[in-house]
Amino acid sequence: MSVTAPPARRAGSSGKGIRRGEAAAGWLFTAPALIILGVFLLVPVLMALWVSFSDWSGRGSPLSSDVSFVGLDNYAAVTTGGGLAERDFGISLRNNAWYVLLVVPLQTALSLVLALLVNRAILRGRGFFRTAFYFPSVTSSVAITVLWLFLFSTSGVVNDVLSWIGINGPNWFNDPSGVIHNALASFGIQSGPETLTANSFLGLSFWDWLAGPSVAMSAFIFMAIFTTSGTFMLLFLAGLQNVSPDIQEAAMIDGANAWQRFWYVTLPQLRPVVFTVVTLGLIGCWQVFDQIYTGTQGAPGKTTLTPAFLSYQSAFISQQWGEGAAIAFILFVIIVAFTVLQRWVLRERKVSRRRIRQYQVNPAIVASSSAEAGR
Amino acid sequence: MSAATPARAASVSSPTMAATVRPPGRRRLRGRVLTWQIALYAVLVVLAIIYIYPFLVQVATSFKTDAGAAADPVGLIPAPFTWAAYQRLFLESAFPLWFANSVVVTISVTLGRVFFDSLAGYALARLRFRGRGVVFALLIGVMAVPAVVLLIPKFLVINQLGIYDSYTGMILPLLVDAAGVFIMKNFFESIPVAVEEQARVDGAGTFRIFWSVVLPMARPALITIIILSFQGSWNELSHFIVSTQSPELTTLTKGVASLASGQLSQGSQYPIKLAAAAIMTVPVAVIFFIFQRRIMNTSEGAVKE
Repeated sequence: MSVTAPPARRAGSSGKGIRRGEAAAGWLFTAPALIILGVFLLVPVLMALWVSFSDWSGRGSPLSSDVSFVGLDNYAAVTTGGGLAERDFGISLRNNAWYVLLVVPLQTALSLVLALLVNRAILRGRGFFRTAFYFPSVTSSVAITVLWLFLFSTSGVVNDVLSWIGINGPNWFNDPSGVIHNALASFGIQSGPETLTANSFLGLSFWDWLAGPSVAMSAFIFMAIFTTSGTFMLLFLAGLQNVSPDIQEAAMIDGANAWQRFWYVTLPQLRPVVFTVVTLGLIGCWQVFDQIYTGTQGAPGKTTLTPAFLSYQSAFISQQWGEGAAIAFILFVIIVAFTVLQRWVLRERKVSRRRIRQYQVNPAIVASSSAEAGR
Repeated sequence: MSAATPARAASVSSPTMAATVRPPGRRRLRGRVLTWQIALYAVLVVLAIIYIYPFLVQVATSFKTDAGAAADPVGLIPAPFTWAAYQRLFLESAFPLWFANSVVVTISVTLGRVFFDSLAGYALARLRFRGRGVVFALLIGVMAVPAVVLLIPKFLVINQLGIYDSYTGMILPLLVDAAGVFIMKNFFESIPVAVEEQARVDGAGTFRIFWSVVLPMARPALITIIILSFQGSWNELSHFIVSTQSPELTTLTKGVASLASGQLSQGSQYPIKLAAAAIMTVPVAVIFFIFQRRIMNTSEGAVKE
């Protein structure tokens, strides 16, 4: 998957003989794709970048002469303005950060577990289970959100099932209270210490940052895990195909138990897939939009507001186009930053010498298996 | 959860078969393996119920009355049974229009993507021209831009071009997707070049070779593109939010989203909402079950790279 095109065989100098007209055909063939992607992806990004630095109000063209450059004003408004815009942005970041923090590890773990469960060679109904776990992934986020609103309604399915075991379910989509605050409240802690409540970041006190996802947001978190675990299960299944059974056997002969075989043999070989799943998860989780648009529009108490939805709302509803675009670009930077950070955290580390000695038992097998995986 | 019991009972018979393959004379081990197998199936069945039940209850509730849905949200047998939700949806709402719009958009986008993605993918895989590397780098760059960042920008350009609130504005921007070009390029690189060379020697032009020689060989990859773009454009929401406003151009996703937030129906009225969501799921579900084996294999192949 390198960026450079594979070296095609050079049959004499191009532009002559049988390959005449190839360059023209090449441009002609790629032209529709280039034009559409350019006009509807590249140009828009540049145009929005301009809007984020302008005072365009939504009337007329943003490129007309009465729209002026305002520098970083829009960015300042949402990050240091001290007003409602800053606070809303802070709230949306808080909400989405908790969402990411919970969804990414849980969906990765769950999809890996699902893959391990259905990967067994001797398993009746393998196809059935795979289909069952994958099916939620094909449905649209709108349809799933509608279903979720019903399942998690006050007298809905989830609360009904909870009542069987004597639990009085919450008001889910109408409950703005943060789950960590709720947990602390059950120990009698109603308000945070002075240091947390007095200081704030992005218009939101540290105590509020630590509120945790609201109960309403938790329902969305369950939904994200439910809908994405199937797709990622498929990725893990594909990765498991490449895990060589030889090493498993070798480990088994060496007396490793099932957990050790998983932790020291299977999981290290799945590292590239884990990497992919976490990357895709991070990128996806910072872009929550459809669900919020369909389900709650940010309510209750703005606790399901996400930067993506806030960006839409600022621009299309409040006509604050500059701020909306600025939020979108900050979000872009966040996504890029997280992807880079995650690359760095999950990078191939140099193994310490002592560690190497532990593994030095059978380098031949490791070599042969990695060659196999590369095939 | 009584439904689980027969399935569990049926599944218990298989682990014993599996266990007999193991070396004889190790009864205790065999017993432990059996216990593990039962536990495994129990976990799988419970998980499967969690994954499937929401969809069953969705369909069941769409045939319930509002009162029935409120009284018994969990039950799978509607009592009393009624078609009222579907009648209202099809006879008294704009739902058929939304459905038609989604069909038009999805078919156009799928056809467009099949053609343009493979055209560009072929050029990038096979044709040598100056700037090919740049084009490819651009493609990768475009794939990295998150869709949500494009909400406002897309509107700006669509508006500027004067195609806001039209089918053109809905369809044109979706006609090519970078990921699809990428998939096609990878596929074309994987098939042998000999056949094309032969056709070239026989005097066929580049487009002719592409259309009648290469494309027929690319069926598996084309099916992948069809699945992906069908699913993608049928389930697309944000693009239609920013490219249209008139009710005549509302697609299913946009329409059902407005339904969810309470327009059309007062109060909760879950049956009608769930009926709409259920019908909306049918086409993608059909595609999924037709190409099921392919979908599972495709992703395996895609990652092996």
